[in-house]
Amino acid sequence: MLRRITLGALAIGLVACATYASFYIAPEERTMGAIQRIFYFHASTAWAGETTFFVCFVANLLYIWKRKPQYDWLGVTCAEVGVACITVVLITGPIWAKPVWGIWWTWDARLTSTFVLWILYICYLLLRTLVDEAERRALLSALFGVFAFIDVPIVFGAIRWWRTQHPAPVIMGGEGSGLDPIMKKVFLFNVLAMHVLAVFLIVERYFLEKTKHDVELLQREAEAR
Amino acid sequence: MALLSNAAALLGKEVRTEFRSRELLGTTIVFVLIVVVVFSFTFDPTTAESRRFGPGLLWMAFLFAASLMLQPCFLREQVNDTLSALRLAVQDPFAIFLAKIAANTLFLLLTELLMLPVFAALFNASFATQLPAILLTFFLGSVGISVVGTALAAISAQARMRELLLPLLLLPLLTPILVVSTEVTIRLMQPEPYVEWKGIGLMAGFDAVFLTVLWLFGEYLLEE
Repeated sequence: MLRRITLGALAIGLVACATYASFYIAPEERTMGAIQRIFYFHASTAWAGETTFFVCFVANLLYIWKRKPQYDWLGVTCAEVGVACITVVLITGPIWAKPVWGIWWTWDARLTSTFVLWILYICYLLLRTLVDEAERRALLSALFGVFAFIDVPIVFGAIRWWRTQHPAPVIMGGEGSGLDPIMKKVFLFNVLAMHVLAVFLIVERYFLEKTKHDVELLQREAEAR
Repeated sequence: MALLSNAAALLGKEVRTEFRSRELLGTTIVFVLIVVVVFSFTFDPTTAESRRFGPGLLWMAFLFAASLMLQPCFLREQVNDTLSALRLAVQDPFAIFLAKIAANTLFLLLTELLMLPVFAALFNASFATQLPAILLTFFLGSVGISVVGTALAAISAQARMRELLLPLLLLPLLTPILVVSTEVTIRLMQPEPYVEWKGIGLMAGFDAVFLTVLWLFGEYLLEE
């Protein structure tokens, strides 16, 4: 319990510091101005969300292989936290895009594949509500999770092929891209903060799922008596 | 080799079952026709506009049709619990998927081939010079739809609200096929048509990736 409280405090502290850093420490971007500061929050949440979905994919594979309910709990937990992260990304993105691009949304590769990713994991969560038996639910959703995760890079590739007006990546992009050193430090600090926050949420949600499972077991035991 | 001979025998069974009633094919063809006609009201179907929007609506119609048509491929087996018998009959459960994928591809292709002249006439499109490329696009698209669709039909057949669930799971997963096949078909409908080989390659890649995934994980979909 103490460990979970510490983790929570750490996550909140880090996010608070990261928010302070992105407002007051990072220099103002020359052309975009203050609105650019949303980038620290937007991109770091996106990274945290993608990491979470990757963990979900690994948990899905492990469930199919080992059939331990723990992996199923981890899978659903990561899917929920990932959907929450990507929801934030899909809301903060347009807030930035409207003043900078002049439009709320464009159907380029990254936006569309993120949107499809979000929809696929919502479907994953929806599928879970529609299968009653616990083991079947775990197996079917794990299999769908594998399909969904593999699909996303193909969606990205397919759209990138045809609709090429996407903005160049700033981090790990080609030559000519890149961030101011202070901006980069602030950004990486935000990435760390968001990852710790995601871990905290995952741990909390995981134990909730475990409790749910325990309650179900107890209920079944009580009914059997 | 046993896999292929098992799959061939099962394919024969699927095709026989369907052609005895022709329920599925008949309904699907009428459905695609209705979707194409209804969609034509959403834009001004002049030749230029049709070239831009036609292929997209054609593939949307195929995708919608597939999401309905793929539904019964596992539900049919549940009625008399024939799936257990099938699993006992074959050495590798992948043969069941292979047969169902082949059957679904065949039914989809038949629908598409019947719709092509109707579409060409309604929207004043000319495909005559590009027929081999069109057929290749249709084939690769149908295989992609069938591979993913058959796997998801096996998933949705075991859930509640299965009729609604299959399109929900299937349509977002098929985004790449919809994007690429539409773009390839648009290029084939231009006044100076050409084959976009990159797109054809991407579709083949999609088919290969998901066929491999299904080969690896298919048996778990049929567990009881």
